[in-house]
Amino acid sequence: MDALDLDIALTLRSYRLELALSVGRETFALVGPSGAGKTTVLRAVAGLTRPEQGRIALDGTVLFDAAKRIDRPPEERRVGYVFQEYALFPHMRVEQNVAYAGGRRAAEALERLGITALAKAYPGELSGGERQRVGLARALARDPRALLLDEPMSALDTHTRARVRAELEHTLDQLDLPVLLVTHNFQDAAVLADRVGVLVDGRLRQADTPGELVAAPADPFVASFTGANILAGRAAPRADGLTAVTVDDGSVVYSVDSAAGPVHVAVYPWEVSIAREAPDDSALNHVRGPITSLVTIGNRARIQVGTIVGEVTTASVERLDLSEGEVVVASFKAAATRLVSRDDL
Amino acid sequence: MIRRGLFTASLVAATVIALTFLLLPLLAIFLRVPPGELVSQLGNDVVVDAIRVTLKATLISQALILLVGTPAAYLIASRAFRGRALVVTLIELPLVLPPAVAGIALLAAFGRLGLLGGTFEALGFSISFTQTAVVLAVTYVASPFYVRQAIAAFEALDQTLLDASRTLGAGPGRTFFQIALPLAARGLAAGAALSFARGIGEFGATIMFAGSLQGLTQTLSLAIYAQFDLNFDVALALGGLLVLVSATVLFLAKLIPAWTRSTSTSLSPFARIGSS
Repeated sequence: MDALDLDIALTLRSYRLELALSVGRETFALVGPSGAGKTTVLRAVAGLTRPEQGRIALDGTVLFDAAKRIDRPPEERRVGYVFQEYALFPHMRVEQNVAYAGGRRAAEALERLGITALAKAYPGELSGGERQRVGLARALARDPRALLLDEPMSALDTHTRARVRAELEHTLDQLDLPVLLVTHNFQDAAVLADRVGVLVDGRLRQADTPGELVAAPADPFVASFTGANILAGRAAPRADGLTAVTVDDGSVVYSVDSAAGPVHVAVYPWEVSIAREAPDDSALNHVRGPITSLVTIGNRARIQVGTIVGEVTTASVERLDLSEGEVVVASFKAAATRLVSRDDL
Repeated sequence: MIRRGLFTASLVAATVIALTFLLLPLLAIFLRVPPGELVSQLGNDVVVDAIRVTLKATLISQALILLVGTPAAYLIASRAFRGRALVVTLIELPLVLPPAVAGIALLAAFGRLGLLGGTFEALGFSISFTQTAVVLAVTYVASPFYVRQAIAAFEALDQTLLDASRTLGAGPGRTFFQIALPLAARGLAAGAALSFARGIGEFGATIMFAGSLQGLTQTLSLAIYAQFDLNFDVALALGGLLVLVSATVLFLAKLIPAWTRSTSTSLSPFARIGSS
């Protein structure tokens, strides 16, 4: 069993962290808002924070067991940890930083991350992306049995983000290790990880592939975290098998999901189309109103109409000659409208 | 406008008065006797002996302070424990204690008739009025200057770097020597400079506990006191020497923070501005 198994509990400032997780030779991302206890999980695995209860095992070796009073110190755990701002030793050159973890493997680790040319540089002379690679090389030179990454993208500026993320994805794919990474950014998690767990206030709300989280969010928080529009309303089944939801603003939205009582309606922006007039097509749901905001992101535009955000191509925006203030209709299919029970929130 | 000019003028006047008051006595040392005369007085036996005693005692005491004070400061800085604030306050106590009290206290503890005096006597040695006493007096009075600064230097370390060291396979000992010590070096050096300066000028505790025996326990400060009745010019020469030494140490201590700033990284907020 090549896996990282943890089942831990500890009390944090305003809530209790309780998490059971098994990570195989894959990349698992813990996502959630800041302060959800994500970093605490990594620190517990590394041996820097002691849980009150539970057990942590790696490759069948027990690292921590509260009941048996086992608590291996960090230096005996063989867990590679890449810190949020990489925590490179400022008084050491890149090669010294990497050799600190394992002198024999240093050259190999530098080569693996493509930073042999930076060996003589000091951390203060490196860019954010280069620092990340040094942090990774150093953690891997430890010859770890598991790799932990704390917000690996947060110390980077927006220009280099996409490129560094692609590099990191490539590096992680080459590894044959359990990788546990934490991030507050769902997109980073979706790109980097095989599975994603949503951690809120110390509890795991849902853990699945990124695609499943988007397709079948377990609760409104997960849905909104993955980027969906969330509307609150009351659901009532109809004779034709559809569910009609009376949204709090008075409008009615139809869904193929069955539900009754208070619900949240989740609609992804890319399921929403924008038109001048209500189209005569298969979409059942229409929201009419002025465009309150229009933001262009690359070749896409995010358009807000009333309470709904739709995402369309910039080509469509030009073709329809859309601008803020103009009255349009946002449409989405009942089949693309998810209903999640409101009790979960 | 006139009132504002008046205000600025009074600020300037206050500054000039303060500076004059502080510098005039020091200048007087060098103006009273011509510099050539001062230098020739330094060849005097009393002066040579005093320099020897002072250097020896200060260096030994400085070594003791660094050797014991550094690990103690690291422990106090890196652990949260009950009574920590009290421990820090007790360490700082000698800073505010009158040196004469330190001297009498050392006598009460280590003197022939003191608390531990009998024990030392039985072991065949006595401490008071020996060079050991000079070292103890200097260490007692000067060490808080170092330890206090060292605690602050270790506290200012980025804990994440120490954590990183542990996850990379280094135990607490290697983490201390290879990460904590080099990164705190600037602060430690500043503290050492302060305690060195304090130690070299020690007077009250030394004269009470070690006496003022030329060639044995008579340090530079004690020699000034002994000479000012006998040969005022020698006393002035000694004074001039101490002014130069103290000023040099002070300037060094001020220079230290600027030292290795260029090698620090993103982890210091100051460096981040420069490197981004």
